[in-house]
Amino acid sequence: MGKKVRIGCGAGFQGDRLEPALILAEHGKLNYLMLECLAERTIALAQLRRLNDPKAGYDTLLERRLTGLLPLLKKNGVRLVTNMGAANPLAGAERIVEIARKLGLKVRVAALTGDDVLDQLDPQQKVLETGEPLSGIGPLFSANAYLGVEEMLPAMESGADVVLTGRVADPSLALAPLAHHFGWAVDDADRFARGTVVGHLLECGGQLTGGYYADPGKKDVPGMAHLGFPFADVDAEGNATLSKVEGTGGVINRMTATEQLLYEVTDPNAYLTPDVSADFTGVAIRETGPDTIAVTGGRGRARPETLKVSVGYHAGYIGEGEISYGGENCVARAQLAGEIVAERLRGQFQELRVDILGVSGLHTRPMSDGNHNPYEVRLRVAGRSGDRATATLIGEEVETLWCNGPAGGGGARKDTREQIGIVSCLLPRHRVKSQVTVFES
Amino acid sequence: MKRKLYDLAHARAGDKGNTTILSLIAYKPEDFELLRVRVTPEAVTQHFAGIIKGKVTRYELPGLGALQFVGEGALGGGVTTSLAIDAHGKSLSAALLEMEIEV
Repeated sequence: MGKKVRIGCGAGFQGDRLEPALILAEHGKLNYLMLECLAERTIALAQLRRLNDPKAGYDTLLERRLTGLLPLLKKNGVRLVTNMGAANPLAGAERIVEIARKLGLKVRVAALTGDDVLDQLDPQQKVLETGEPLSGIGPLFSANAYLGVEEMLPAMESGADVVLTGRVADPSLALAPLAHHFGWAVDDADRFARGTVVGHLLECGGQLTGGYYADPGKKDVPGMAHLGFPFADVDAEGNATLSKVEGTGGVINRMTATEQLLYEVTDPNAYLTPDVSADFTGVAIRETGPDTIAVTGGRGRARPETLKVSVGYHAGYIGEGEISYGGENCVARAQLAGEIVAERLRGQFQELRVDILGVSGLHTRPMSDGNHNPYEVRLRVAGRSGDRATATLIGEEVETLWCNGPAGGGGARKDTREQIGIVSCLLPRHRVKSQVTVFES
Repeated sequence: MKRKLYDLAHARAGDKGNTTILSLIAYKPEDFELLRVRVTPEAVTQHFAGIIKGKVTRYELPGLGALQFVGEGALGGGVTTSLAIDAHGKSLSAALLEMEIEV
């Protein structure tokens, strides 16, 4: 089977728990640690921070995560691969070098740039989701192309302790170290597909080890307050065994892995990344030991010629108001409250959403027959406006229900926030020019 | 006899833009065929009437005992601009498991 490489995933989204990565770095016997911290909207928000301050725009938790991790990574010879560079990998790399100096550590950081393609977009270009031109959706302020392994490889080859990227495809955070380690060619579609399967299983961290899975009495998961995050032992063909650090909470089995394999996959025959079109339909998952699974059978076809671009735009303001009702007839009182607010705001919002949380908040109605009468419910009213003052009216009107609404309304809350919208478009691969810059402490 | 999918399968929901992606996975491999026959794209479209407003596409993954449903126009215009409290539709997995089928 040849020598294996071990990759752990210590974060599955921007605000994820801090200690799973520390446990992996200390006890995981890893070669590489990946941290996936960049959702679609996260990078747009980071771009806004950078527009306000040219030294900002990298992940807001970078300092806390790296201060704990750097000593462990250096001690155990683990290389870090992360998209925590967000909208400003260069400033993020400089910050990591400063942290390393303070800790008395010698650290090399390779920053990957080139995903920012805002000035390359054509306003007439079509939005993937709706088909309308980009110019029609609202004021654009960020556009980041999903880079992949080809762009990341020079950073891997630099020998840096930390590879810091902006927007790259999530599975590429695992596939780049694999391609680098085993010397896979960028057109080796089958191995790239299997490495992408591994990356996709790892990229959400705890979602492979019992998170987003547990259902008490049906799918029990032990120790969820201390979920262990996963690692994969991958061979030169891209086949993998996945597990977690002994003694940590959570569970990893065929069921958790099947849920995560299919998570957010819009076509299991062709999961598209910048690296490959991966076919998941032949993937086999076997339980080979306690909290251990073997994953084989991914196949690939050539990667797309275009890269997906995530575009951020100003989408106005959301106003929201909530108030609770309890006891006998509470649903009717909440409904009356919603009708009062809707009547007072008539004509001011294109769409006003009135939810009775406890009955219709999540799915607009109960999804099965039977008695769904709750003891208490919460009215929620939400709407969007181009103007903050108008959006704020919603919360204000809900608040007036204290004294002017149905009996027994309690716990009113109001909120108004700016809304950042995200749409996608495509960009020919050759239009993206990536660059790697190395920093040393 | 009718049974809830909750008794036979587990589920996870994901999102891409205005599209919801629902995975339905049989607890027992032998139940996959029943799910394949009963939980058709048409049945799912009907179950989610008013929620999934566009097309429902189904992919079959017999090796994994799973069906994958991709529902367009399901997330209030898109995750980032939806007015819904659950803008991602993360809870739609539970909505799918409320569906009843003849067994």
